[in-house]
Amino acid sequence: MSTTASARTAADLRADDAKVTSATGSKAGAAAIWVDERTGIAKGAAYMMKKVFPDHWSFMLGEVAMYSMIICLLTGVFLSFWFVPSAGQIPYNGSYVPLQGVIMSEAYSSTLGISFDVRGGLLIRQIHHWAALMFCVAITVHMLRVFLTGAFRKPRELNWVIGSILSMLAIVEGFAGYSLPDDLLSGTGIRAAEGFIRSIPLVGSYISYLLFGGTFPGEAIIPRLYSVHVLLLPAVLIGLFTAHIVLVMVHKHTQFPGPGRTNENVVGFPLMPVYTAKAGGFFFMVFGVLALISALVTINPIWAYGPYDPSPVTAGSQPDWYMGFADGALRLLPGFLEFELFGFTWSMNVFLGAVALIPLMYTAAGVYPWIEAWVTGDKREHHLLDRPRNAPTRTAIGMAAFSFYVVLMFAAGNDIMAIRLQLSINDVTNLFRLLVFVVPVIVFWVTRRICLSLQRHDREKVLHGRESGTIVRTAEGKFFERHEDLDEFDRYKLVAFESPAPLALPSATDLNGVSSKDAKKARRRVAWSNFFFKTRVEPVTPAELAAAHHHGEHEAIPGGSGHAAIKHDKHPH
Amino acid sequence: MSDQVTPTSGSASGAGTVSLDEGHHVGTGGLPAVFENPGLPPHVHRAADDDPKAAKRAERQVAVLFTLSILGTLGFIVSYFAIDRTTSVFLPFVGLTNLLNVMLGVTLGISLLGIGFGAVHWAKTLMSDEEVVEERHAIRSSDESRDKVVAALADGAESAQLARRPLIKATAGAALGLFAIPLGVQLAGSMGNPTKALEELKQTIWDVKAGGKPIRLVRDPELTPIKASDVTIGSVFHVMPETLKELREHNVKAGHSEWHGVLEAKAKAAVLLMRLNPSEFKDDALGRKARDWGFQGIVAYSKICTHVGCPVGLYEQQTHHLLCPCHQSTFDVTRDCEVIFGPAKRPLPQLKITVDDEGYLVAPQGFAEPVGPSYWERLK
Repeated sequence: MSTTASARTAADLRADDAKVTSATGSKAGAAAIWVDERTGIAKGAAYMMKKVFPDHWSFMLGEVAMYSMIICLLTGVFLSFWFVPSAGQIPYNGSYVPLQGVIMSEAYSSTLGISFDVRGGLLIRQIHHWAALMFCVAITVHMLRVFLTGAFRKPRELNWVIGSILSMLAIVEGFAGYSLPDDLLSGTGIRAAEGFIRSIPLVGSYISYLLFGGTFPGEAIIPRLYSVHVLLLPAVLIGLFTAHIVLVMVHKHTQFPGPGRTNENVVGFPLMPVYTAKAGGFFFMVFGVLALISALVTINPIWAYGPYDPSPVTAGSQPDWYMGFADGALRLLPGFLEFELFGFTWSMNVFLGAVALIPLMYTAAGVYPWIEAWVTGDKREHHLLDRPRNAPTRTAIGMAAFSFYVVLMFAAGNDIMAIRLQLSINDVTNLFRLLVFVVPVIVFWVTRRICLSLQRHDREKVLHGRESGTIVRTAEGKFFERHEDLDEFDRYKLVAFESPAPLALPSATDLNGVSSKDAKKARRRVAWSNFFFKTRVEPVTPAELAAAHHHGEHEAIPGGSGHAAIKHDKHPH
Repeated sequence: MSDQVTPTSGSASGAGTVSLDEGHHVGTGGLPAVFENPGLPPHVHRAADDDPKAAKRAERQVAVLFTLSILGTLGFIVSYFAIDRTTSVFLPFVGLTNLLNVMLGVTLGISLLGIGFGAVHWAKTLMSDEEVVEERHAIRSSDESRDKVVAALADGAESAQLARRPLIKATAGAALGLFAIPLGVQLAGSMGNPTKALEELKQTIWDVKAGGKPIRLVRDPELTPIKASDVTIGSVFHVMPETLKELREHNVKAGHSEWHGVLEAKAKAAVLLMRLNPSEFKDDALGRKARDWGFQGIVAYSKICTHVGCPVGLYEQQTHHLLCPCHQSTFDVTRDCEVIFGPAKRPLPQLKITVDDEGYLVAPQGFAEPVGPSYWERLK
């Protein structure tokens, strides 16, 4: 198995091995020269291979999204070889006995074929579906990470917008794919989608007729969704994803503040070899986990639902999880939001939840970097991340928005909850109607308090050291716990952040005593600034630490064991 | 240790202020305002960096993982050819499941995870873990580069005489502004014929042609007619119009697929038929209308939800409520299917029914309003 028979340490091997320093001389080298003479790629390759990426577990979330997308593309190509995107009705004659002879669309029939007659087809189908679900989970959590660490700040605003669009398109792509098998459940989803489209004021009926090529369901929607799912959206997704990654390269990855890490550098491991092995290996891990899940956990058993028919329906119809929030919103919006005005029907009960919500939500997310930048007036580049606790208001806003999303998502399960918990569906729904307003407010407040507490805890740790667990008893019989000072590296992680003070109110009138428009604008900004920064905790300063040590010395017990004083001996002043 | 005073709550303590207990104020003493970055911590060697045995062990572990992957790959190939497609297997926590799928997925998983864990373990134990520092540079281009771009643009505009040839400027702008229109027209124009939209959204195959016979209600999917006496109190029928049968027969005669247009017809024509004790209808205008449009307590309502069009499939016999399983709109049959809860606004449209000479239920006329979800021009 091994060719390096002599036992040597890893460090020795790295230090002593003869280094290859020239491309000439080997066959691989000759091939590389051939390519370079025609592309001039060596310069860029040398730069790329040395590119440094910082290490942090949360930076893997985006990787999971990227790999899930690649796995979707790969398995999707496989599926396209057997899937027939046609709504043409045929009798089923495949090997799944319960449906033999049943009239169904070619799309459904071929999906049954993939599941039962193509060897390994079911595995590929399930990997495709699980990877799509994982893609949406990973994007969502990655987005949260980026938001909560402030990674969207200058110069990364554009990449945040690109990411938001990617996240939104991933949902649409997922819905399009999920609808293709034309089973009873997904067909009911398309049925509802047609209802959503109809609710668009002014043009809804016409858009519906164009998309469906006539009255619902028609035979046009399946091939059209297929084209959108396998061609249009993947092309846009890959294009935006490429831009996303290129911008990450251009900006260089953000890093958490820490010893040796500054706003002007990036500390981590080079692409060659460490990140190639780690990130490449991680791709295989994500793929492997998806393969295992797909082997053991059935997803979307379309054979159990039967072919689409507009008349029957299954109880407990839930969409894939990433559409849950929109479906939940639809369940909560009360019927009175539909009204008739000027002789037209305004279906706001449908439109707001099913059509307007998704773009509105992503627009709000997309513009956030500019809102925060306006409040702070900060025009600097930020390559150091904030620990979420060190930006309490932003973290609270992020968590409040996320809790709104989560409440809506759970609202899509109101029927299941009512059945499982033996409650009235009306009560459950009304409770959610209340929660959707109340929970974000509570979450905002609680999150901010938790952040501030954690910050205070950090101060405490810096000023008085970490609890050692050693109890010291003095000569008089007093007990106290010995605290151990942090070393300068650990300490730096806890003090390396900014805590901007809120803006001060300028005078409301100008020099001539006339109230100016600018002053009004400034007041608004000051109000926002206070909202963000009024309650805040500042990092410990060297002076405070020195004072705390000085202070602590007086507490040392004279004639005691001396343990209490040990901590301070290292820091005389 | 005494309490520390945390400068919070926007108190007077500015960034430079230090809040300390009286008597212990030692001043800043020339200390910096913030902690200085101490630089990278000293690098700590891992076991494999210093111990040849640990290095050898790590090497073997990586090799075992890669070997596992090879075995997984072989296992996949063997499973693919050896396992019968229809064999089922019982697995704890999973239940009865397809053996081929399990074996292919598990072996593929082992094959992939072996490579993944092997590569990562290799990186973590044997590759250098000394952190590397790369300097950042300002994202922005230099002023010089920016000026060059501006100059190049200006030169280009001048060379093209953009400013001095307004005719070209105007026509080129117009041409570029308009060129996408033909593509848009082709796309939008050929997707479908929306001129019929408003007309077709109103029509169902329950509509009786002028002078035509009333349409029999038939069971879905058997398409057999229903006698009023078949409908006992408390029962519920999923109903289609008899014209659906005619549509299929017509398709076959005309040489189309038998199923041409069938789903579209069903999507609008689906009806739910229930029989209540006539006294159970509410004694108000709505309840009376519901009863009058029915026959001896038998009433027929569109099954297509007025919210977003799901089939309203759940009937509660005791309360006479209809519940849509998609978004839980609840309709009260005793009050003409008024919405009593949920996101729908409008009641389900009622189909007026009676019986023919042979005692079969028939609909003498179609729905009085468009069925299904609301749309902008619904009242037109």
